[in-house]
Amino acid sequence: MEIRKELPEIFKSFSEARQAGFISAKNFKDAGNPLIGIFCTYFPQELALAMGAVTVGLCASSDETITESEKDLPRNLCPLIKSSYGFGKTDKCPYFYFSDLVVGETTCDGKKKMYEYMAEFKPVHVMKLPHSQDQVAKELWKQEIIKMKEVLEEQFAVSITEEKLHKAILLKNEERKAMKEFYGLCRQDPSPMTGMELFNVLVGASFDFDREALPSKIRDLTQKVQEEYQIIQNNEIKPRILITGCPMGAATAKVIKAIEDNGAVVVCFENCTGVKAVEELVDEHNLDLFGALAEKYLNIGCSCMSPNTKRFELLNRLIDEYKVDGVVEMTLTACHTYNVESLSVKRFVQQEKGRPYTYLETDFGTSDVERINTRMTAFIEML
Amino acid sequence: MLSLGIDSGSTTTKGILLDDQGIREKLIIKTSSSPRKSLYEVYDTFWSDAVGCTVATGYGRSLLKKANRKITEITCHARGSRYFEPNCTGVIDIGGQDCKAIALDEKGNVTDFLMNDKCAAGTGRFMDVMMGILEADLEDLDDFVINAKAISISSMCTVFAESEIISLLANDIPKGNIALGVIHTIAERTATFYGRLNLCGPVFFSGGLSKSKIFCRVLEEYLGQSIKTDVLGQYTGAVGAALIGYESVE
Ligand code: SF4
Ligand code: SF4
Repeated sequence: MEIRKELPEIFKSFSEARQAGFISAKNFKDAGNPLIGIFCTYFPQELALAMGAVTVGLCASSDETITESEKDLPRNLCPLIKSSYGFGKTDKCPYFYFSDLVVGETTCDGKKKMYEYMAEFKPVHVMKLPHSQDQVAKELWKQEIIKMKEVLEEQFAVSITEEKLHKAILLKNEERKAMKEFYGLCRQDPSPMTGMELFNVLVGASFDFDREALPSKIRDLTQKVQEEYQIIQNNEIKPRILITGCPMGAATAKVIKAIEDNGAVVVCFENCTGVKAVEELVDEHNLDLFGALAEKYLNIGCSCMSPNTKRFELLNRLIDEYKVDGVVEMTLTACHTYNVESLSVKRFVQQEKGRPYTYLETDFGTSDVERINTRMTAFIEML
Repeated sequence: MLSLGIDSGSTTTKGILLDDQGIREKLIIKTSSSPRKSLYEVYDTFWSDAVGCTVATGYGRSLLKKANRKITEITCHARGSRYFEPNCTGVIDIGGQDCKAIALDEKGNVTDFLMNDKCAAGTGRFMDVMMGILEADLEDLDDFVINAKAISISSMCTVFAESEIISLLANDIPKGNIALGVIHTIAERTATFYGRLNLCGPVFFSGGLSKSKIFCRVLEEYLGQSIKTDVLGQYTGAVGAALIGYESVE
């Protein structure tokens, strides 16, 4: 799809957001606004928005600090946990450095135990996430969200009123709707953008601190991409891939590259980098604001849930809507929940959806790039 | 028309030249420290004006710039296996540095595959290294384990297995028993690996170890089914490559 001339330019501001974000984070902080570091999509970002703070994802994706983290953490631990911890400990990540508070959740075992050590050098609050999605769990999660609100109010000497919270809910929903329209463009066949472009926007947007302006910025982009798409009639038919599994970052973008260098196109990211946490909106009409937040967030289909039915409901819909030809699951080494769940995903995709599925376990290094290439090429040859 | 298939593996490079009558020529050489050189050595041996298509496969496939097509070893092994065993729906290949399991539909299309390429255990290299410690030649494997009783080897890592074997030797355990133990380790691993694909049809087994009768027998034991092999089993990838090339031109 290299024929387009202007599109890369359009994407640029988003792709560079993470780097540019260092500066905007500093400006944002200098203006007296709090920054809250998060590690997971279960954190209700509306709480932060309601107090004029902004959240920033601290999940690292580089093997730079892994050796350092292994002084404290076991070697056979997921690289996301090790890398994130390492960046915090060595103070190499400006976002970590600028974060006034780090919020974690009791998602997977590795993460929740890691926070205990992180608390030694950073203010950390851990939300107790239940691992099921029934009514009892929702009530628990609601109480955790209320507790979180109180912690924020106390630490930052602010008051998060219902009114402010409702405004934040509306704003965050706007952002979700805009994002859904954007990635929804890829339902078209051929897709108007590459998976790498899509990925860069998904990641870039989370590093844009002007959250008020973000929805219209995304909508602008959506419109431009669609206009370009209609002008440049591109009829190149390629196999359409959906990626599921662990969240992705700069280091694991090697998987997207391997897929797209070898003749296919990624049209959808089901994982937390993509649609998983964006699809469902918060119910704006529910007067019980905390209940509404609990409902939306607890419905995220992460493998730390058991059973994790929401993931399969989402996969089921996405595979049809995005006319997916094959599913690639990428998991991180030693991520037990996703690695174990991969068998259910395989069964679901192959047997119930009748689509080819392949599974890839990787880390943040580059030593397996060639192996990934061979696998992805073989998978694409099979489609 | 002639079709040339070259499989650039980590230990050996294989070439197959075929036409509508079947395989015409074959060649296997050790892959040197420069895989490109080995590839061209095979290519130069076989190439002539009569060759209508050249397909490269294996780890080094992208190095052969003169190839008409480059296709992964998964697809080529699948095609080659069907040549040797037209009814197989499963393929096991134990290569020098990796192990593959492939599922095929009735038409021979790949429907699923697994590759173990992270660890030397369960590959030909593992056997190779262990035989080296026992000071025996891999080619003589069958004779070496005649009348032996397998001793269990618990280490899966090549390096640890090496020290385990050294201590077994220090305890005067007969070498044949140790070698048979290694065979059991690899065969069991391979069978478990293949089991992940959940297949039940006929299976074709390729790669260097398929030449060992004992290995095949032990593998069958763990698989709980018989396996098909071919004397040219080591050439499966190259045969597949040549066939795909042939079919794409015809
Ligand atoms: S994969 Fe699970 S633990 Fe990780 S960010 Fe997503 S919801 Fe959180
Ligand atoms: S990738 Fe898996 S192990 Fe790693 S932090 Fe996420 S859920 Fe935990």
